[in-house]
Amino acid sequence: MARTRTRARTRTRFAALAAAVALTALTGCGAADMTTQASPYADAKSSRTVTLSVQSWVGAQANVAVAQYLLEQELGYRVDTVQIDEIPAWDALSQGRVDAILEDWGHPEQEKRYIDDKGTIKRGGDLGVTGHIGWFVPTYFAKEHPDVTDWKNLNKYADTFRTAESGGKGQLLDGSPSYITNDKALVKNLDLDYQVVFAGSEAAQITQIKQFAKEKKPFLTYWYNPQWLFEKVPMTEVKLPAYKEGCDADPKKVACAYPHTPLQKFLNARFADGGGDAAAFLKKFRWTTEMQNDVALMIAEQKLSPREAARKWVESNEATWRTWLPS
Amino acid sequence: MTATVTPNGTPATVPPATATPMGPATEPAASATATATGALRAFARDRRRPIAAGAVVALVLGALLLGGGGWPAALTVDLSGPLGTTSDWIIDNRDSHPLFLYGLGHVSNAVVLSVRAVYLVLLALGWAGVTAAAGLVAWRVAGARLALVAVAAFGACGLLGMWVPTMQTLALMVVAVGASVALGGVLGLAAGLSDRTHRILRPVLDTMQVLPAFAYLLPVVLVFGIGVPAAVLATVVYAAPPMARLTALGLRGADAGVMEAAASMGATARQRLLTARLPLARKELLLGVNQSIMMALSMAVIASVIGAGGLGDRVYQALASVDVGAALAAGVPIVLLAVVLDRVTAAAGERIGAAPARHARLGWAVAAVTTAAVAVAGRLSGRLGWPDAWTVDIAPTVNTAVDWMTAHLYSGVPVIGGTADWAGHFTTWVLDPVRGGLQWLPWWAVLVTVGVLALLIGTWRTAATAVAAMAGIGVLGVWDPALDTLSQVLAAVAVTLVLGFAVGIAAARSARLARALRPVLDVFQTMPQFVYLIPVVALFGVGRAPAVAAAVVYALPAVVRITTQGMRAVDPAAMESSRSLGATGRQQLFQVQLPLARPALLLAVNQGVVLVLAVVVIGGLVGGGALGYDAVFGLAQGDLATGLVAGAAIVGLGLMLDRVTQPTERRDPAGKGA
Repeated sequence: MARTRTRARTRTRFAALAAAVALTALTGCGAADMTTQASPYADAKSSRTVTLSVQSWVGAQANVAVAQYLLEQELGYRVDTVQIDEIPAWDALSQGRVDAILEDWGHPEQEKRYIDDKGTIKRGGDLGVTGHIGWFVPTYFAKEHPDVTDWKNLNKYADTFRTAESGGKGQLLDGSPSYITNDKALVKNLDLDYQVVFAGSEAAQITQIKQFAKEKKPFLTYWYNPQWLFEKVPMTEVKLPAYKEGCDADPKKVACAYPHTPLQKFLNARFADGGGDAAAFLKKFRWTTEMQNDVALMIAEQKLSPREAARKWVESNEATWRTWLPS
Repeated sequence: MTATVTPNGTPATVPPATATPMGPATEPAASATATATGALRAFARDRRRPIAAGAVVALVLGALLLGGGGWPAALTVDLSGPLGTTSDWIIDNRDSHPLFLYGLGHVSNAVVLSVRAVYLVLLALGWAGVTAAAGLVAWRVAGARLALVAVAAFGACGLLGMWVPTMQTLALMVVAVGASVALGGVLGLAAGLSDRTHRILRPVLDTMQVLPAFAYLLPVVLVFGIGVPAAVLATVVYAAPPMARLTALGLRGADAGVMEAAASMGATARQRLLTARLPLARKELLLGVNQSIMMALSMAVIASVIGAGGLGDRVYQALASVDVGAALAAGVPIVLLAVVLDRVTAAAGERIGAAPARHARLGWAVAAVTTAAVAVAGRLSGRLGWPDAWTVDIAPTVNTAVDWMTAHLYSGVPVIGGTADWAGHFTTWVLDPVRGGLQWLPWWAVLVTVGVLALLIGTWRTAATAVAAMAGIGVLGVWDPALDTLSQVLAAVAVTLVLGFAVGIAAARSARLARALRPVLDVFQTMPQFVYLIPVVALFGVGRAPAVAAAVVYALPAVVRITTQGMRAVDPAAMESSRSLGATGRQQLFQVQLPLARPALLLAVNQGVVLVLAVVVIGGLVGGGALGYDAVFGLAQGDLATGLVAGAAIVGLGLMLDRVTQPTERRDPAGKGA
């Protein structure tokens, strides 16, 4: 009996040792760099794969859909897309989990960290679309009350914009937590009788705006251009104190409008240098606000799949995209 | 939280499937003798007086010494500095530091390799092979009926045009569940065999039980980056605890007589474990596997936020373009997978102990050969992928229906007003006063109330945990948002309980209703919450009301289920004798059935609270604000300080609510089963 026990113990030890050796052999004893990892869902037939980050708004989906369609049909790549919020997307880009972000609205902190300091991300040039964030009221309301479009008169309308959530003040509807916003500071610094209500996601915000519009109710919302929703619910911008370079430097003291931002593309540094045709194509990819809106509308309103929408656009705009292809 | 995802209807499995599978709640209530219950009650009655006296003294002292107001700023600790530094360090070092290169990097690579291996096998089998394999395994394990269900479910996934995403999710699930079962099994083994490990592990598992899934994501993403490894690891952390709990429970519950007999026959400790203890615990082990699968699937969509891909990603992308139909098309396969896996593992659990069928080996061989044959046939005919022609696009129909519904119910319904009006009234008349009241209460009064409530229902130990958890929230500096969240939880729980008890009682009285309800409950328990976020907003607008509505939808099935089963489990003899004494149906309900079902009802309350809290973060996506928004914000902005603090506060709230509502048995000192 004693012997069996000893033998059992030796066997256990041996098994443990063998397991340890097997594990080391399996994973390789060297360094495992997480930045060179591929997606487990990548194509089996080791074709050239590009991973693009899709942000949650439809405009970004439109960029990616068209880029994906052309990369696949014209250049023979396989394209994976990953939906990530803006800031985690920078992380992922730096780590090589995605190869490119096609539409960025300006993240100075990340640009400094990853482009200037670490050198893991490179600029990919203008997207050709200019983005602008602002405060908007529905046009049907602005027509009846033209003076609402100046921020100085907003307090007069605070009662009109009140909802159950805004607690006695006017409601300023904000969207996804991942978007750039100075609205809390703006309300405070401009001394407005408003409460910022965060919808928590763009989907919730759009749904709410559509419901308001259906009833022709007044509302005041954070919104941005280009956005397909303008085609469905015409909105007029409320003028905030004019933007001046650097007036939004201190997030707590902001008291001016949002800038007009030429949207930027960014590429993973390794991909930018060794990405071949795909990298060259993505660097040249450049279109206009209207074009992006066309595709975005097809996706969001006609409920076409992004691929289908991209196909339609590509078929009728050959002159535009021909210039993007690497020669 | 476990019961969330347990759509199996057998009464026997319900108690273990609750928040405290380790606690004696698992023992049938009926087994407690009448005298013991009487003595307990007398004790409880006696306890109330000192507790009340203590509470009064504490309140007076508090009023005199501490004054009113929210949590004092002097007692808070600002963690944003250290958390910010940690976050920066990880970002700066994760590509170069040895810890990442030689440790976590390998973990990450191993995950990618395994997921890829499973995915390639699934692809190689082709749609016919996978469907055949699913059907045959279900046939062997659970019988012909479930085999048909399994085949139909996989067929439906293909029909919806979701074959490839389904396979991606399945591959991820196989790896995540495998790892959860292994990890949970090892932890459970340690806790089952050693009392000390059990004592250490129990509070950890308790905490993880109330930790909302969203809270895991941020730290995991920071270390592993967006992608499958992070998603798998977050899922494992979420799904392993029930396995650990149930393994420990099964091992600790082994029949002492059998163990003694095994020992007296000269079996070594190892032999006793392998031949007596583990086989005796088979039922719990399988239930543990079942629970792990359900938890992992419920994480599938949430993990898409950090790049899990597959079905979850489809749901998430559909959400971005406000496309309920497309979200549903991707959500349905998740529900189907959950229902099939749950039924099959549950049936496997029930069959344990039955005599093994003859020709069992032959049956498996037939299954294996058939699968191989089908897979080869599929490969030869060149139909590995699901044929495009065989898909049905349900999105437009669903969207039309949802649009019609929201357009007609939103406002202007005669007499009762529209849903938007209800939401407004609910916010103004219920949520605002509750929140205002809670935030008006002096902080120490909140702590005293929590302590008293926990003491009334539990022990001084649970009360101490509850008070400490609440105080922790104050120290973290999120007192006001936490009370805001608490007010939403309380309101949602109240609505859930009223509805849940009513439906549950009705279902307990009518077998037909119960049968009709079962699939509905299954669907709502496993449907990813993201799918119904949009309809909820379309009906109730942005704000706290839709958050409450989403929470009610999510928590209701579990409450209905536990209530029904509790009511059904009431001793028929008691019902019969009350009827023979001439009690009316009403009297029977209120004076016999409900009092006797009290333990089940309390359990329903506890489950309701924990489940509602789990949706609070999701509520942050529809304007719920408070802690939920902070957690979402932290994740979206990669802001560890905001996200982690909010996550910790949610855990604190969860612990507090669990302790306050969990009818903790007065644990006997030996700690048996505790």
